[in-house]
Amino acid sequence: MSVSDLSVLELRALSKSFGGVHAVRDVSFEIGKGEFLAMIGPNGAGKSTCFNMINGQLAPDSGEILCEGRSIAGLAPRDIWRLGVGRTFQVAATFGSMTVIENVQMALISHTRETFRLWRPAASHHRGRALELLAQVGMEEAADRPSRELAYGDVKRVELAIALANDPRLLLMDEPTAGMGAGERHGLIELVKRLVVERGISVLFTEHSMDVVFAFADRIIVLARGRLIADGDAAAIRDNAEVREVYFGTGKTFALSASQGAKA
Amino acid sequence: MTLNAFLFQVLNGLSSASGLFLIAAGLSLIFGVTRIVNLAHGSLYMLGTYIAYTFATKIGGVTGFWGGIVATAIIVGIIGALIEIVLLRRIYRAPELFQLLATFALVLVINDAALWLWGPADLLGPRAPGFRGAVEILGRRLPTYDLFLIVIGPLVLLALHLTLTRTRFGRLIRAATQDREMVGALGVNQAVLFTSVFALGAALAGLGGALQIAREPANLATDLIALGDAFVVVVVGGMGSIPGAYLAAVIIAEVKALCVGIGVVDFGFFTINFSKFTLVAEFLVMAIVLIVRPYGLLGKAQGAVRSIAEPEEPIRPATPLLKALGIVVLAVLLCLPLLAQGSPYLLVLGIDVLIAVIFATSLHFIMGPGGMHSFGHAAYFGLGAYGAALLVKWLAFPMGVALIAAPLLALAGALLFGWFAVRLSGVYLAMLTLAFAQIVWAAVFQWEGFTGGSNGVIGVWPPPPFDKSWAYFLLTLVLAAAAVLLLRRFLFAPFGYAMRAGRDSPLRAEAVGIDVKRVHWLAFAIAGLVCGVAGGLFAFAKGSISPETIHINRSIDGLVMVLLGGVQTLTGPIVGASVFALLQDTVMRQTEYWRALMGAIILLLVLTFPQGIVGAFASLWRKMGGRI
Amino acid sequence: MRPTRHVLALATALACAFAAPAFAQDTIKIGELNSYKAQPAFLEPYKRGMELALEEINGKGGVLGKKLELIVRDDGANPGEAVRVAEELVTREGVVMLTGTFLSNIGLAVTNFAGQKKVFFLASEPLTDKITWSDGNRYTYRLRASTYMQTAMLMPAALAANAKRWAIVYPNYEYGQSAAATFKQMLKKAQPNAEIVTEQAPPIGKVDAGAVAQAIDDAKPDAIFNVLFGADLTKFVREGNTRGVFKNRTVVSLLSGEPEYLDPLGEETPVGWIATGYPWDKIKTPEHIAFLTAYQKKFNDYPRLGSIVGYTTIKSVAAGIAAAKSTDTEKLVAAFKGLSVSGPFGTFTYRASDNQATMGAYVGKLALEKGKGTMVDVKYIDGASVLPNDADTKKLRPAAE
Repeated sequence: MSVSDLSVLELRALSKSFGGVHAVRDVSFEIGKGEFLAMIGPNGAGKSTCFNMINGQLAPDSGEILCEGRSIAGLAPRDIWRLGVGRTFQVAATFGSMTVIENVQMALISHTRETFRLWRPAASHHRGRALELLAQVGMEEAADRPSRELAYGDVKRVELAIALANDPRLLLMDEPTAGMGAGERHGLIELVKRLVVERGISVLFTEHSMDVVFAFADRIIVLARGRLIADGDAAAIRDNAEVREVYFGTGKTFALSASQGAKA
Repeated sequence: MTLNAFLFQVLNGLSSASGLFLIAAGLSLIFGVTRIVNLAHGSLYMLGTYIAYTFATKIGGVTGFWGGIVATAIIVGIIGALIEIVLLRRIYRAPELFQLLATFALVLVINDAALWLWGPADLLGPRAPGFRGAVEILGRRLPTYDLFLIVIGPLVLLALHLTLTRTRFGRLIRAATQDREMVGALGVNQAVLFTSVFALGAALAGLGGALQIAREPANLATDLIALGDAFVVVVVGGMGSIPGAYLAAVIIAEVKALCVGIGVVDFGFFTINFSKFTLVAEFLVMAIVLIVRPYGLLGKAQGAVRSIAEPEEPIRPATPLLKALGIVVLAVLLCLPLLAQGSPYLLVLGIDVLIAVIFATSLHFIMGPGGMHSFGHAAYFGLGAYGAALLVKWLAFPMGVALIAAPLLALAGALLFGWFAVRLSGVYLAMLTLAFAQIVWAAVFQWEGFTGGSNGVIGVWPPPPFDKSWAYFLLTLVLAAAAVLLLRRFLFAPFGYAMRAGRDSPLRAEAVGIDVKRVHWLAFAIAGLVCGVAGGLFAFAKGSISPETIHINRSIDGLVMVLLGGVQTLTGPIVGASVFALLQDTVMRQTEYWRALMGAIILLLVLTFPQGIVGAFASLWRKMGGRI
Repeated sequence: MRPTRHVLALATALACAFAAPAFAQDTIKIGELNSYKAQPAFLEPYKRGMELALEEINGKGGVLGKKLELIVRDDGANPGEAVRVAEELVTREGVVMLTGTFLSNIGLAVTNFAGQKKVFFLASEPLTDKITWSDGNRYTYRLRASTYMQTAMLMPAALAANAKRWAIVYPNYEYGQSAAATFKQMLKKAQPNAEIVTEQAPPIGKVDAGAVAQAIDDAKPDAIFNVLFGADLTKFVREGNTRGVFKNRTVVSLLSGEPEYLDPLGEETPVGWIATGYPWDKIKTPEHIAFLTAYQKKFNDYPRLGSIVGYTTIKSVAAGIAAAKSTDTEKLVAAFKGLSVSGPFGTFTYRASDNQATMGAYVGKLALEKGKGTMVDVKYIDGASVLPNDADTKKLRPAAE
């Protein structure tokens, strides 16, 4: 498939190494518009490094990252965000000294480039829009609570509202369900899926929980030792011998591992 | 300088380096593990000199001297352990840097204790038994004790290195330096680890002091001098890196020795006396190193330290109660000139308090919401003060113009220094700001022709009607109220939120498009500008200024004010500055041992209000269900 | 922890502290401010000297029928603080005059304050020439022999050495800088062929003694002019002795004979240095013996130079008030002009031309007796003999009157 106008993000032969260790090697893939793409792989496969390069926290050694055809490799995270790439973190990061709604308002203020305003109180900026976003993630009740008091699952929802504040075209979600119980996990991913489908947002997410991946991802890519080893839909990945080899060293199936994961 | 002279100065430098290394190594360990900025480290060093002197003279001989040095290290180590157990352990949960306040109080208490125990006179110890004379090297005489010191530094380095790499205790220290939480996760008793590290660090300080008694007298000023040296060495070498500390000590000592060795050089048009550069050499080295290698020569980027303190409450607009209170305070202050007719000193004191309020509020602006712990805020105060005074002195500007121009000079300084400083964070930022402030101080001190050198500028008095204290008080009050309200306004505006966003989570802030460095840079500039107002007001209030306006002591006063009031509150700096200024006025009048009294009061406040005065009242109020 | 109890204790302490001091009208209040905590070695004996003088004066009924009362304050070794303390003394305590200060920059700040607020100020110890000359004003008098005077007192000995190559070492601040400048100027005038081969200006309190001593030795001077004092001096002397820097060299040294700086040297005392100082056990004048006896009786300790300065300050104050027959500032200013005061160093006057006291200092050679430093061949140099004449003095005081 050539670079079509349907591709939101394209990685071309991306590589990164740390002190001689290849964290990411020659990885290429693309994400279509509205696609829900999961990136999986064992620990140390290079997922986070990949994310951090797309998001601008790391500069690649070589290769290209194109966001809607525009090269973004080496740009600062904030510039990449302005191009419509939102991000949530593995360990949820919100502004702990602010209330829930202020967290969202902050993102909206930044989106409208009002960060350097010195006079009118921030509280009076975009309150309505912020409430709307919070309502969409089911957090409007908690709007005026300090964000540091929230339960972990709720923090994830707030992060999602923050990420949606700049009307992103692509969301990068690093283990969105890490640290959550099984029921909560599905709830959150369902919410994400609903929101992005409504808006036509593409999502690239990493996930350890295979039941979530196979239930929700439109497509799955698999990294191992820094290389992309598989790319396809759930069935194709399930049947891929190399993936099984990497994950289990044997012919065990994902169905088994998913049930173990749920118990853990 | 001949080659031999040069080589010989290198040897002198090496022996000084050993002394510096011993002071610094303990501080580096303590900071690396506990993250406490221990201002009392120099005091422990000073105690080392006095205790070793006592052994060397009371017992005397080989036992008194060499045995005394070992005993001193042990005693000072025990004192360190006591300080950790009795005092610091109680306040680990306080906001970051709060422990600094406690150690500041210790500096005051220990200094007066030493004065009480050993008296005011300098006490020179005996020469070291076995190392009384000198040896001929390169046609010059090198004291054998210097040779001994040249050897002892690397020996201690080796011993520490082996301890850190070959023992379980050492591995724990290294692990804790890299990631404190991990050690907790490993099931290690953190309290025991902290106590033993503090004791070891203190023992090293005591040893360092004890070894110096053969070279210099025990003296009540050594605490702060040693502290300054230790900080520079630790930061240049890299926090927590013992070999880094040695390397840094060698570099700094050699730069100084060579400056001394070069002496006066005639460049034809002008002559430079390089020996004068020893004043600033270490801070120049520190600034350069921090700009080029932000974590010091051998330091590593440290894992983000998640504060174990309670996170900050969201800021809320003033409630009617607080607004009413503010209006009442302002009204009372406006009437003060009428109320104070019987005691005009109240106005003089009021002016000082208000200047302190501006100073502390501007520091809090970057330190609290910005999370940038400036240890050199006096630089902008001093630039403001000198800006105003020099405009009056050289260009005969009227006061109004000088008061407007002064903050602009401070702004320029803040823009320049801030540009570098916001690239760092945590204690490295603190130390870079300190280095810049010291460089400004040294420049002002050195540039006699322009700044008046150590004498400063005198005869900067306000014109009528401001020569009357009531008028000047009102002027100060208006500017202070404006500064406080303006900074408060900024904090509630998007900019203030962006500042806090950058502090709470730089990662998240950048990920929502906030240019954290630029926001913090601007915040730094605003703080500098406002602080410059305080400096300008100070110059006219006192009629004269001197390099003390830029001195590190003033920067530390600022930190104390902010922490005392409560760094996590917006009214904290106002209360902290007022309490500190009033305390200083009161305490200094009360007693001969006012330092100890001041220290004791601060310790009492620290233990009573671990979140600062306003912080404590705010959380009490919240617990009672109220909102402020 | 019981916060309430702490708060109560604190509140009580503060309330007591802020309570206005009771005004006792039957005393004459003198406001004394000094860097007691920063310079204890000099100022603790200084304070004792003041106490002794106060006891003597008040024991004889005081001045103008009232007792003298001393209100002592620490200035925090900081000019800004000193000015506030000065204001406090004047406005809250109602003192009739200010005395004290040690450091040059503080002395200057208070001098300027006194001129601005028209308060009488007797600067007791700060040495900078500027207090009485370039920045002098009619309200400020100074007791102690200035940097210029002390340097001038040593010049005959320096010139007698007939040394061609001189090294200078001084602490890098006002006092050191002006002493070095004065010395160079006087040397050049009196001995044009002399050459300054090196100049070391270490930061005060932070001398790198080994390196400095070596740099001086390497410059191969015939003689050394030293202005270091306190801990800097002690370090420098020990290093210099060990390294043989002072061997066969004339050393001329400011203040080194003062017990404050000489005593810590002990056996290390550099024998043969020519210095200004205070050999308290060698001065046999009746005035001094009377003072010494009284001091030793009261404190069971020997006096330091600080004791002399403190004692004489209070004696001067009493004499001035007695002569003015009033505590009015203008009358005090007038009374101090040419005022004669007798102290342990004999009788001296406050010059009308520049408000400088002519109290001199002792010059002699440092010596070691029974393991302790002392001075030999001592000679009292009258301050009047080294000061410029009145006409020249006028030119030095552009700001006054």
